[in-house]
Amino acid sequence: MRLTPWLIVLPIALVTLIPVAVVVSSLADPDQEIWQHLWQFVLPELLVNTFWLVLGVGLGVTLLGVSLAWLTAACDYPGRRFFSWALLLPLALPAYVTAFVWLGLFDFTGPLPTWLRETWGFRAIPEVRSRGGVILVMSLALYPYVYLTARAAFQGQGRRLMEASQSLGLTRAQAFWRVALPMARPGIMAGLLLAIMETLADFGTVSVFNYNTFTTAIYKAWFSLFSLPAASQLASILIFFVFVVALLEYQLRAQRSYATSTRAAAAPTRIVLRGWRGWLAAGWSLKVFALAFILPMTQIALWSRNVFATDFDARYLEFAWHSLLLSGLGALLVGGLALALGYAQRLHPSGGLRLTARLATLGYAVPGAVLAVGIFIPIAWLDNQFIDRLGASSQILGGTLAVMLLAYAARFLAVSYGPVDSGLARISRSVDEAAQSLGVVGAKRLWRVHLPMLRVSLLTAAALTFVDIMKELPITLMTRPFGWDTLAVRVFEMTSEGEWERAALPALAIVLVGLLPVIFLLRHTKNDPALAC
Amino acid sequence: MKSMRHVALAVLASLLAVQAPASFAEEVVVYSARNEQLIKPLFDAYTQETGVAVKFVTDKEGPLMARLKAEGKNTPADLFMTVDAGNLWQAANEGLLQPVKSKILQANIPDHLHDPDNEWFGLSVRARTIVYNKNTVKSGELSTYEDLASPKWKDRLCLRTSKKVYNQSLVAMMMWEHGEAKTEDILKGWVSNLATAPFPDDTKAMEAVAAGQCDVTVVNTYYYGRLMEKKPNLPLGIFWPNQTLKNKAAGVHVNVSGAGVTKHAKNPQGAIKLLEWLSSAKAQNLYADVNLEYPANAQVQPDKVVTAWGSFKHNLINVSEAGKLQAKATMLMDRVGYK
Repeated sequence: MRLTPWLIVLPIALVTLIPVAVVVSSLADPDQEIWQHLWQFVLPELLVNTFWLVLGVGLGVTLLGVSLAWLTAACDYPGRRFFSWALLLPLALPAYVTAFVWLGLFDFTGPLPTWLRETWGFRAIPEVRSRGGVILVMSLALYPYVYLTARAAFQGQGRRLMEASQSLGLTRAQAFWRVALPMARPGIMAGLLLAIMETLADFGTVSVFNYNTFTTAIYKAWFSLFSLPAASQLASILIFFVFVVALLEYQLRAQRSYATSTRAAAAPTRIVLRGWRGWLAAGWSLKVFALAFILPMTQIALWSRNVFATDFDARYLEFAWHSLLLSGLGALLVGGLALALGYAQRLHPSGGLRLTARLATLGYAVPGAVLAVGIFIPIAWLDNQFIDRLGASSQILGGTLAVMLLAYAARFLAVSYGPVDSGLARISRSVDEAAQSLGVVGAKRLWRVHLPMLRVSLLTAAALTFVDIMKELPITLMTRPFGWDTLAVRVFEMTSEGEWERAALPALAIVLVGLLPVIFLLRHTKNDPALAC
Repeated sequence: MKSMRHVALAVLASLLAVQAPASFAEEVVVYSARNEQLIKPLFDAYTQETGVAVKFVTDKEGPLMARLKAEGKNTPADLFMTVDAGNLWQAANEGLLQPVKSKILQANIPDHLHDPDNEWFGLSVRARTIVYNKNTVKSGELSTYEDLASPKWKDRLCLRTSKKVYNQSLVAMMMWEHGEAKTEDILKGWVSNLATAPFPDDTKAMEAVAAGQCDVTVVNTYYYGRLMEKKPNLPLGIFWPNQTLKNKAAGVHVNVSGAGVTKHAKNPQGAIKLLEWLSSAKAQNLYADVNLEYPANAQVQPDKVVTAWGSFKHNLINVSEAGKLQAKATMLMDRVGYK
């Protein structure tokens, strides 16, 4: 066993593994009465609900994400340039805010059903507070994960792949289904896995629909039955489930190679969609963009206008700066850790490292507030040691930015690791060998050979992490210093008292600030000769 | 490049010292599950009046309690502030609070609104009452919470989700008054009377009543106040139930927001002073009116808007009983399929 890669991988993994271990350690002390109750009256329904939700959202985000990624990465049609970045925007909207807007618009009391009812006497509108409704809204909120990672994968293929396939006699459609799509699988799966983990850990969105899932049981055990241990035990089951899924995915993938030859391919020739095909593609892109972004944004903007005069003040500058600072540093740190994790494995492939890296990404599947406690307990323990044994006058770690950033790493490593890992999988090993034969090794090889090839993947990872930290709540609430609020915290203050209209203003600010990484991502991937979009 | 350096410096500075050193002689540290916009005006007023700084951090009650527990005797928090008696009871039950001896608090806060062991005190009263559609509900149709289970309300009732603590407390009080078996029958009646699936919040439930999806619902009064302020033309009326009863179930179900001094407070005297000030006449108006709640101090008049809804008889059972039975109430609601 080589020691060096472990020196890198293990400390990174511990950032996640310690909080996860705190959560899982609850398994030692099961609460009979609560478990019996949950098992008998709560879990049967929730497991069925969760199954359908994960299946539905999984299919939904794949359909939306892959189709739009293919269209914007490999084809040309009216509005493509605009849609290629605009379709990322829903990412900046907290999903529960989108959900609340949808409920307001399409529930019985919403403007559209009311109009249909009162003008036409039409009552047979599908109920939005339903399984179908929650699946639709979550798919619209989460598809950008798949869109972004799939798009990076399609772009990485260059034009050679399609050309080669077609020269072997495949039609264009066949080439897509049998070559381009399967080759993009690591990217698609990376995004899909993120969307599924987010779905499993979500509490806010399903609460708006009052759609009970496994996470509902976790919070019920904690907040209503007053048993944090029972909540942690349920969360442990979730962690185990996601770990198994992640392993299965890796097993499937390990049987094949996904590397495409080089970046030598010139700017890809796009498949030009002419006539009705082009308009069909534009219509599909517009429809998704309108439902996932324009619709909720319009409502948020209208609400913001109503409260702007009373609620907007100088403090918003401070909130925005805090959000930017946390998200920016967090994206750098988490992206860097993910790269280290992925690169250590590339240099020294081994099952043990692979497993450890997978474990390190499990934080994303834990409901946020439960993970926040798992993070806080060891921090508080350390602080107590400093105070009791070393005579510190007050907490040293608690309420520092450094701890906040590490806490974000524990939660969001998966978000960065997914794109980086699938990006590395696309780089052929022969590249490494060629570099080595030219005497380019070690850090120099990473800097001069791999990093340029990983650029799109790294930017994707950083952008996703940036936006996710921007929206993050439970960890921010638990670890922030006194009087140090962010835009997301403002959203929380308002929504937790049911003041959705006033929450619109900070939500709008999140979208505006969250636009920055999207624009950045776009500018830095546009002119890349091999990966141009 | 110069601006880059400024940004880098700012980043470095915030990494090292995010907490500005306090320039006040004395400070009280508060962990609060009551939102920033509701408490900050009060703390600002307190600081202005006394020169004592109030440092606070907000979060949900569950995480705050977990935080207090993890920090143990080194917690910086002096005062724990939250909504709902269930949460206050739980904090005391977990040993996170300490009993407070204060003549001022005893005089200002009625007995049924504070912990019998004085570990926490209610600071505002939240009444959970019935709101109905004036066009479809005839006068005399409404009487009690229990009556909403009767068949005449079939397909006419809207409810908020059972996951909200306000409903858990309401049901817990019903269990205390009627016992588990009878409460189960009432809940079954409620569930079978539902016109549509439970709503995520009180406002949505009232909007459904106003739109005619159902005729009646149960909400906290301040949500009614807020909604009517925005849309004064909604055909919604407020009804005080259980007013003519003579038994334990008499009176409108009330809950509190409140606070208690933490067990390991560094400045317990300062925390008690702040609590006493919050219960005083001038602070009570500021505390309750900002959210259209009722002052806990009985000598203080509520806001004009609130007074206009009429006066009513409270249920006088100590609110801590709701905390004791909250878990059982939640389980009962699960059993009858109230989602």
